[in-house]
Amino acid sequence: MNPETPAFKANARAALSDPQLQSALSGLPTGLVAQRTSARARLPEFEALRDIGRDVRNHALEYLDLYLETYERNATAAGAVVHWAETGQDAREIIARICQDAGARIVTKGKSMISEEIALNVDLEARGFEVVETDLGEYIIQNRLETPSHIIAPAIHLTQQQVEDDFRKLHTHLPAGRILEEPAQLVAEARSVLREKFMLADVGITGANFLIAETGSSIIVTNEGNGDLTQSLARVHIVLASIDKVLPTLEDVTTVLRLLARSATGQEFTTYATFSTGPRRPEDPDGPDAYHVVLLDNGRAELLGSEFREVLRCIRCGACMNHCPVYNAVGGHAYGWVYPGPIGAVMTPALIGVKAGGHLPNASTFCGRCEAVCPMKIPLPKLMRHWREAEFEQGHTPTRYRYGLKTWAWFAKRPRTYHFCARFAAAVLGALGSGAGRFSRLPFASGWTRDRDFPAPQGRTFQQLWAETRRGVPR
Amino acid sequence: MSLIEKPADREGAREAILSKVRASLGIEPEVPGQSGARSAIVERRIEAPPRHLTPARVLKPKVDLEALFASTLVSQFASVLPANNFSDVPGAIATYLRQTNLPSVIGLGQDPVLAALPWGIEPGLTLSPGPARPETEVSVSRAIAGAAETGTIFLASGPDNPVTLTFMPATHIVVLTANDIVGPYEDAFQVVRKLYGNGLMPRTLNLVSGPSRTADIGGKIVIGAHGPQRLAVVVVGNNRPPAA
Repeated sequence: MNPETPAFKANARAALSDPQLQSALSGLPTGLVAQRTSARARLPEFEALRDIGRDVRNHALEYLDLYLETYERNATAAGAVVHWAETGQDAREIIARICQDAGARIVTKGKSMISEEIALNVDLEARGFEVVETDLGEYIIQNRLETPSHIIAPAIHLTQQQVEDDFRKLHTHLPAGRILEEPAQLVAEARSVLREKFMLADVGITGANFLIAETGSSIIVTNEGNGDLTQSLARVHIVLASIDKVLPTLEDVTTVLRLLARSATGQEFTTYATFSTGPRRPEDPDGPDAYHVVLLDNGRAELLGSEFREVLRCIRCGACMNHCPVYNAVGGHAYGWVYPGPIGAVMTPALIGVKAGGHLPNASTFCGRCEAVCPMKIPLPKLMRHWREAEFEQGHTPTRYRYGLKTWAWFAKRPRTYHFCARFAAAVLGALGSGAGRFSRLPFASGWTRDRDFPAPQGRTFQQLWAETRRGVPR
Repeated sequence: MSLIEKPADREGAREAILSKVRASLGIEPEVPGQSGARSAIVERRIEAPPRHLTPARVLKPKVDLEALFASTLVSQFASVLPANNFSDVPGAIATYLRQTNLPSVIGLGQDPVLAALPWGIEPGLTLSPGPARPETEVSVSRAIAGAAETGTIFLASGPDNPVTLTFMPATHIVVLTANDIVGPYEDAFQVVRKLYGNGLMPRTLNLVSGPSRTADIGGKIVIGAHGPQRLAVVVVGNNRPPAA
């Protein structure tokens, strides 16, 4: 997918005035957020598990080269064919080659963010394969030619009515007068349409939530069962995984799995967690004949050696975006690339460069909720701050902001001048706004006052009040 | 067989990635002792995986674990059918199918425990051996373990319990002995290690915690997505009725 990240401000503005999007997003606080809160309350060990989960992931990253080798050895022993891809281009070539060698026509897919990252569908379709997304949310947006707006709920930006309209346009072989009032009726329709695709598919592609070095297994966690039908009914199963997904043992995965579903949807556990190891065995009556794993780097190895290493702990639960005031206001598409929300603001500049993605970390209030809920305790605000510095240092910050920052820095380095000017401004604004207590218009602040009033200062600065309190002046 | 021939990947990609990883970790291949010490740490962890924190909710007597297993499954939209012993299983299944108004043709694999059940006492049931077919409406599998922690069933694929039986039919019935119910996931993985050997796995190990579901339309939970719409678990040897 071509990044539209530079258009964040315009996209965000459009998102704020899109009533359907706002209606779709309004369910987040009472949905995923509230469900996570109650799941956390049901497991008293949740906070302790976060510390352990963080340590497990740190350990796996510290020995990543060795765990990758161990994983490869054990997967290969079970009959897997392990491929290594440095770039998205390499991964696309490898996957296309496997599909061609299998004589494939129809390729089904389970939900995979990394396949979005490397724009796999577009590539496979250009080579003549029919690619069918089978996760319900992904299916809905694939047919709208959209990208996921959330990493676990890809169609969260759409209302039920929009889905109904789409299905009526798309499934023209079904009676026009059929009733599609309930979500269950829409789900049943998608189930029957996609079931045929599952049966016809030659190749099934899934992502991997984790890889296990100990057993050479790949894991997918899902609720719909589409990933399992994808990988069990096709002749060839391809797993696409980034190199940071490897964990040492079943015990390590277990700890992380205890955090994943609770953080993501507030479920005790996802309906399905599937551990796949090699192709079908000689005695097996079903399952794929071949099992390929494509290990993709695409910038991770370099991140490992940078100040952004901690972002590689991410387990893609989506809690950071669910709890982000900016994401809640503008949704995922405004971010303009694959990963939205706070994790996207940190991942995107790393993957597509500071020039294209470096301003996303500016779309943050630094309220810190993302870090507070992250099951892997990734210090997202700190990492966003690093990117802001990089953007400024590399000169990608717009001129107006640079001057603003420089002006502020000039004052900040001269405390007496700063205090004098601040006192002057507070006194003047305080006097001017003493009637209403707020301004509905203010020069240089139209961006603020367009949507809300600016509170008038109360006449004295914080520094003044602080000094008076210290001296014991009664208030 | 052409399917499993390795296509020519870009030359040297593996080495390039691994050396980038090592460079990022500050590993110098020539430093003596360093690589040996790192390998030893990794090998030790794989050979004797340390257990982490076990949730207190499963630190209970066995009988309470059985109750927790059943009640958690029920809260996740599954049904739990009690059976005193194996000879009660066909009856429990037949009754469930009748009450739920479902077809009486059952797909199942070669599991010896399932094969040994006295199916003949329920002449209304028809067995359809082998993996699932598009027309298979009801399937029966046997689980190797159940983790009370989250009401999670462990199913191992193979000729005994083909994986398609777990995902294709609209109704999936799982038979599990109360004895095979453990507390935490870690204990269930010990069962897997005992059955398959350390470091080895069946082609697919499926952890199932309810019927399939989705919330992709308007954020509303719908039970029955691509996988089964109904999950019923027959717990053999559990005399306690499941909590509602």
